[in-house]
Amino acid sequence: MALPKAKEDALQARLAALPAIAGKGWLAAARAEALARLTAMGLPARRDEYWRYTDPATLNSAEPTPAVRFDAGDEAAPFDGMDRLKLVFVDGVFDAAASDDLTLSGVNIERLAQAGDTDIHWAQGLYGVLEARGQTPVVRPFAALNTAFATDGVLIHVTGRAAKPVSLIYVHNSDTSDAILHHCVKLDPGAELTLLENGPAAARFSKVLEVEVADGASFHHIRIQGRDHQRRAVTHIFARIGAKSEMRSFTLTANGRLTRNEAVLELTGDEGRAHVAGAAVGDGDFHHDDTVFITHDAEACESRQVFKKVLMNGATGVFQGKILVKPGAQKTDGYQISQSLLLDEDSQFLAKPELEIYADDVKCSHGSTSGAIDETALFYLQSRGVPRRTAQALLVLAFLAEAIQEVADDAIAEDIRARLERWLARHGTKG
Amino acid sequence: MLEIKNLHVKLEEEDKVILRGVDLSIGAGEVHAIMGPNGSGKSTLSYVLAGRDGYEVTEGSATLDGQELLEMEPEERAAAGLFLAFQYPVEIPGVGNMTFLRTAVNAQRKARGEEELSAGDFLKIVREKAKTLKIDAEMLKRPVNVGFSGGEKKRNEILQMAMLEPRMCILDETDSGLDVDAMKLVSDGVNALRSEGRSFLVITHYQRLLDHIKPDVVHIMAAGRIIKTGGPELALEVEQNGYADILSEVG
Repeated sequence: MALPKAKEDALQARLAALPAIAGKGWLAAARAEALARLTAMGLPARRDEYWRYTDPATLNSAEPTPAVRFDAGDEAAPFDGMDRLKLVFVDGVFDAAASDDLTLSGVNIERLAQAGDTDIHWAQGLYGVLEARGQTPVVRPFAALNTAFATDGVLIHVTGRAAKPVSLIYVHNSDTSDAILHHCVKLDPGAELTLLENGPAAARFSKVLEVEVADGASFHHIRIQGRDHQRRAVTHIFARIGAKSEMRSFTLTANGRLTRNEAVLELTGDEGRAHVAGAAVGDGDFHHDDTVFITHDAEACESRQVFKKVLMNGATGVFQGKILVKPGAQKTDGYQISQSLLLDEDSQFLAKPELEIYADDVKCSHGSTSGAIDETALFYLQSRGVPRRTAQALLVLAFLAEAIQEVADDAIAEDIRARLERWLARHGTKG
Repeated sequence: MLEIKNLHVKLEEEDKVILRGVDLSIGAGEVHAIMGPNGSGKSTLSYVLAGRDGYEVTEGSATLDGQELLEMEPEERAAAGLFLAFQYPVEIPGVGNMTFLRTAVNAQRKARGEEELSAGDFLKIVREKAKTLKIDAEMLKRPVNVGFSGGEKKRNEILQMAMLEPRMCILDETDSGLDVDAMKLVSDGVNALRSEGRSFLVITHYQRLLDHIKPDVVHIMAAGRIIKTGGPELALEVEQNGYADILSEVG
C-alpha cells in the first residue's frame, strides 16, 4: 500500500540526507530489506497511535537540531574505575586509540563496519532479524531506519563467561553530530555477559541493540544515558530470551531534550526471565518516553517492568508498556509498574499500561501512578531535624529505589544512587 | 524550658479556631501531662509546636529556652531540642530506618555545630539503645515504620527520641494502640530518658499511661484552652468521673 503523501514526502526528505546503501555482503542485503520495511511503513507522525505522547518531528528531520555538550565538572564518568573492556565511539565514529583491543576471554567482538562484506556471518541471523520481528504488531520505523543506515556498531558473540563487562562509551563532540549505531549480541547456551553503555553519543543518536539470549544464558545491561540538555535519542532493544535464561536491562536517564527508549522482549523458552527497568529525572524541557513490549511465548516465565520518573519545571514523562501473554504461556508471572513523582504542577506524566492475555493460568499485575512528594513524610523527617531539601532528596531517592534495585551489581547501583543524589542537589527539589 | 503564652491557632484552610489562648510553662526536668476530651486541641498543640503546615498562629508565642519556636522551620525546632513523638508515626517506604536515624542524628549535630557521628560509633549507640527497647536488627533495616505493628511504631518513636536526645519531648497519645506490655516497654524507655535537663509533655486520653510515666503537673484542656491545672490526683479524678464535672465546674 502506498504511503499517504505527507508521509512519503517526510520519508524522502529524510532518506535524501542519508547515504545510499552500498556493498555486496550479508550486511548490504540486510540493509536493503530494512529499507524496504521502512519504505512501506514511512516515518512516524504525531497522529500515529504509538507516537501520540511523543513528537517525532526532531527525530524525523533531515538534519539534527544542534546540542552542546554537557559539562559534568569534576564528576567521575560512569563505570569509572571498573575493570571493563572499553569501546569508544565519538559522534558515532569508532575511536580505536581510545578503545581497548577487541579481545576478551569468552567473547568474540567485531565491529559492524568491518564485518559486513563477507557472504556468511553469524550476525546474519540477528542483524535486522529481531528488529523485523519486532515490527508487529506495531511498527517501529526508527529501528528499520537504523538497520538500513547504521554506520557502525559492535557484533558480540559470547561463547562462555565474559571475563569482564564490555563497556560502550559514546562521546559527543560535535554540536551537530547525527549518529546511527547498531549492535548485536549473541549469547550461547550458558554464556554470561554484562554490557555497559554510557554517554550521549551525538546531538542526535539512533541506536539499536539486538540480543539473542540462548538457553541458560545471562545478559545484564546497564545504561547511563548522556546528560546533554539538548540531545535527542531514539533507542531500541530487541531481545529473544531462551529457556531458563535471564535478561536484565536498566537505564538511568538524567537530562536530554528528547529520549525514546523502546524495549521489545520476547520470552521464547520456559522459565526465562526478563527484567527491564529505568530511572529518569528531568527538569524543564526534558521529555522522556519508555515504550516497552514484552511477549510471553513460553511457560513459567517471569517479566518485570519497573519505570520511575521524577519530573520538574514542566518536564514530561511517557510510559507505554505492554505485556502480551500468548496462548499456552501458562504460569506467566508478569509485573509492570510505572510511576512518576511530579515536583510541581507544570510537569506531566502520560502512561498507557496494557495487558493482553491469552492464557488462563497467569499472574499479571500492573500499576501506574503519578503524585507529589508526600508532605506528611516530609514533615516527619523535618521534625527529626532533617533539613527540608535533604528530606526531599531522601524521599525522591526512596521513590526511585525500586527501579535502582533492578541493578544486580551493588557497586553500580550505589554509584547510580550517588549520581541521582548529585543531580537532585544540582537541580533542587523545589519547595 | 517551654513557655507557651496566650497561643491562638486556627486552621489555615478554613475559618476554624482550634486553640484559644493556651498558657503553659514547663520547667527543666518537669513532666507535664495534658488530658482532655476529643477535639479539645491537644494534638493541634503538639503539631503547632513541632511546626506542621496547615495551621495559622493568630496570637501568642511559644519559646524553648527563650528562643521563639513559632518562627523556626521544623528542622530548626528539632535542632533546638524539641521532639514530637507522633500519635501516628509516618511510614516512609524506600528509606531504611537506620539511614533515617543516622541522617537525623547527624543533621542535628551539624546544625548545632557538632561533629557528625562516624558510621561505627553510630551503629554502636543505636544497637545499644534499640536493645533496651526490644527493637531487633531486622526492624532497624526495614524501611521507616513500614509494616511495623502499632507497638513497634511507638517503640521506634522512643528509639528516635533516645538517639536525638532532645531537651523537650512531646508525646502525643503515645499510649494509643498499645497493649499492656508494649505500654510498659515504651514507658520504661521514656523514664530512662528522664533527667534534670529534660522535660516532657505527655498528651493522653487515659490515666493509665500516667501510672507508668508519673507527671509532676496535670493539665485539663477543653475547647482550645487549659481549663484546670493540678497534681497527679487530677488525672485520677478524670479517670473516675470523666470530664463532665470539671467542664461544668469551670463553666
